[in-house]
Amino acid sequence: MDFILGHYNYWVVILLMMVGFYIVISRGNLIKKIVGLNIFQASVFILYISLSTVENGTIPIFKEGFEVYSNPLPHVLILTAIVVGVATTALGLALVVRIKEAYGTIEEDEIHEQDHSL
Amino acid sequence: MMAIQGHLSLLLVVVPLIMAPIVAILPRARLAWFVALLVAVVCALLAGIQLWNIVNGGAISYELGGWAPPWGIEYRIDAVNAFVALIVAGITALTLPYALLSVEKEIPKQQIPFFYALFLLCLCGLLGITQTGDIFNVFVFLEISALASYGLISLGRHRQALTSAYQYLIMGTIGATFFLIGVGLIYSQTGTLNFADLAERLPAVFEHKTVHTGFAFIVIGVALKLALFPLHLWLPNAYTYAPTVVTIFLAATATKVAVYLMLRILFTIFPDNFVVNTPIFDLFIILGIAGILIASLYAIYQMDIKRLLAYSSVAQIGYMALGIGLASTAGVMATLLHLFNHALMKGALFMAVGAIIYRLGSCRMDNINGLGRVMPWTFGAVIIGGLSLVGIPGTAGFVSKWYLILAALEQQAWISVAVILVGSLLAVVYVGKIIEALYFKAALEANKSIKEAPLLLLLPTWTLALANIYFGLNTELTVGVATSAAQLLIGTIE
Repeated sequence: MDFILGHYNYWVVILLMMVGFYIVISRGNLIKKIVGLNIFQASVFILYISLSTVENGTIPIFKEGFEVYSNPLPHVLILTAIVVGVATTALGLALVVRIKEAYGTIEEDEIHEQDHSL
Repeated sequence: MMAIQGHLSLLLVVVPLIMAPIVAILPRARLAWFVALLVAVVCALLAGIQLWNIVNGGAISYELGGWAPPWGIEYRIDAVNAFVALIVAGITALTLPYALLSVEKEIPKQQIPFFYALFLLCLCGLLGITQTGDIFNVFVFLEISALASYGLISLGRHRQALTSAYQYLIMGTIGATFFLIGVGLIYSQTGTLNFADLAERLPAVFEHKTVHTGFAFIVIGVALKLALFPLHLWLPNAYTYAPTVVTIFLAATATKVAVYLMLRILFTIFPDNFVVNTPIFDLFIILGIAGILIASLYAIYQMDIKRLLAYSSVAQIGYMALGIGLASTAGVMATLLHLFNHALMKGALFMAVGAIIYRLGSCRMDNINGLGRVMPWTFGAVIIGGLSLVGIPGTAGFVSKWYLILAALEQQAWISVAVILVGSLLAVVYVGKIIEALYFKAALEANKSIKEAPLLLLLPTWTLALANIYFGLNTELTVGVATSAAQLLIGTIE
């Protein structure tokens, strides 16, 4: 029981990771794929953030009364990764807009059909 | 001059990064091209000086912002990175003169400055990966180059370019995220991101499952980026539908940088027999063999020359994976050598294909019948590049295959030897198919009035074609650098 409750943050991470990954693989809608990708990435963000959190720890402030610190580095790293994720999402959605203009649909199988009926 | 010398490695990354937005706002297409060309030439010179310094003076460590590693980000450059950085910057500097006409033909005029801006961003990311000694920094540069290349690919003329870019975006992001997961897991065990520091601290925690999991995530993430069979699905479409210049650039540099990254991870970051005790090397041999055979077979049945060459690229990556899998100095040396030679031959071939597209508007097999007689110079380059791809003695492709076979023989890996030879035979078939169409089939009526490609396209093509012959005959330089680089990498496990 301790194993399950003590690691609950990891269970959440694994669950989100699998949900996101499954959506990317199984959905044919291009926007849903990007949503899945976002969930997948969010799970990694949570992984990093929860890894570095120390119980009762504060942000590193050099002052009396603050002795237990959480590791700030992974938080900073994830800030960068979030930015990368936002850029990826923006680019992905921009591509979807262009695909919709060019094909008139954002369903993968219909796009596939159009490309092969030529 | 001395002030610049000290910052060479950083300048390689910063110059294209700063120039990219400047290029984007330039008012004229030709001006944007000129500035981009200037940047590429400067980068190639810097990379050349850097390699020279390292060959003569040993590895360089550059502390970013003056923060001492492992706290600050360190750029650590030895013979391996310097070699790869020179390949990337050198090929870019050769691609850009070619780009002027090809890009004007394939991309709407008002988009051209943005095209070159993306191009420089991609260059910045690729050079960054080769320079940095910090594993999270690798992730950032990986994404800079990847995002730029999604944009570049989507600029292709056909609407399939959009879906190819999208497909690459999804797979590339999954790969990068896997890499990120791996880095996080390893950080949780070691508390460091610096390559050298990781190599020092990892042996103490080798038993932990977390490290093994992290390792697996990182390897798969990078394997997706380098299009290792069967994770190559994004590559043929991306190469086929991207603008020609982008195909040349990506084929000659992007996968090469990923191969370099893989070598770093396997041999530098995870030292002391960790990797040897995992099934990774066997896996590389198996996937390498499968890649060579299956991708070559696919290549034979392609009707579009660009697509044919793209599948051939997957096969060539198989050779590199095979070299890594042999896990010996000779094997890694052959991989590094092939990295360089493959950049030369695929560069030359894709450039020649670009010249066909420039004149013909397409490069389908059934459209090029008899073109060899009207565009003799272009197809002279195709033949040299093709022979090099097959591995005929006297060309660069022979040298790397020769060393790869030697490396396989050294371990009595007979199956690998056989596969390398069969792979060459398959290459004969698909290269032969192109040559047959060009010279031996009756010329199409429409093709008789086609003129030779312009000089500006031919010069870079022939520079690379001649480089194939030069490095096939004079192996001293490349073999020397590749050997010392391989010894550096493999030194940790022998």
